[in-house]
Amino acid sequence: MSLQTDATETLDVKGAACPMPVVKTKQAVDDLSQGDLLEVVATDSGSMSDIDGWASGTDGVSLVDQEERDEGGETVYVHYVQVEE
Amino acid sequence: MSTETEDAPDADAPAGDTEAADVEALRERVDELEQQLSDAAVETDDDTKSMVIVATKGTLDMAYPPLILASTAAAFGWDVTVFHTFWGLDILHEERSKDLKLSAVGNPNMPVPNAIASLPGMDRMTTKMMRKRIDDNETASIGELLDTCFDMGVEMQACQMTIDLMDYDEDDFYDGVTVGVGAATALERMADADVQLLV
Repeated sequence: MSLQTDATETLDVKGAACPMPVVKTKQAVDDLSQGDLLEVVATDSGSMSDIDGWASGTDGVSLVDQEERDEGGETVYVHYVQVEE
Repeated sequence: MSTETEDAPDADAPAGDTEAADVEALRERVDELEQQLSDAAVETDDDTKSMVIVATKGTLDMAYPPLILASTAAAFGWDVTVFHTFWGLDILHEERSKDLKLSAVGNPNMPVPNAIASLPGMDRMTTKMMRKRIDDNETASIGELLDTCFDMGVEMQACQMTIDLMDYDEDDFYDGVTVGVGAATALERMADADVQLLV
């Protein structure tokens, strides 16, 4: 099983610029339950550092993985955020 | 010599009682201090961070930093207060916030010489240019950021003295804006906050 198939939910923030990827991730996490895994797909390259920083500084969440993917010629930045038990 | 002095009370019954009483008093004192320490730990256990931003500017560019930082801090779960004063009030002004402007005058980083930038209609053009860039970059609008801040529980305060000074009415501001506050309110919050910023 990959993280992608494990994800409870996917949040699409493609196109959104700072601070919206972080803000929307937080809002999505609030609607999830403990143990859930959120996949966040962004096109903002700054989201790599920002989501990492947000997850480190926020209680109850942890960043499981981040990756850069090519989606039809467009670079997307994918983040996996786990809601801690 | 010293051994003798230390041994002396042991041999002496009344002095031993005194020592036992001293030890007991010390134990009580230690218990008391431990209690105080654990009470203090409980008080400071609330490790929620807080931030106060003082927003003094109302141009289209300068309205962004307070709102971006406020919404991001709220995403971290911080308690956030933005105290708006002087032109910063325009960010919270229901009508004026939709029409924030930008001028190239006095901004040597913009590609328009001051002599031209000061001609009538130029501010409108500069603002239009900036709005197009914001749209093209899919940067959130001021309205979106404001909604986000309100949704996330950021406290938006409007300085009463400057509301009166600018001849605004308390009803001119968005619902949820706190009015009737001044410098003392802002300072009190800032003293307790982890992060204080003036924009």
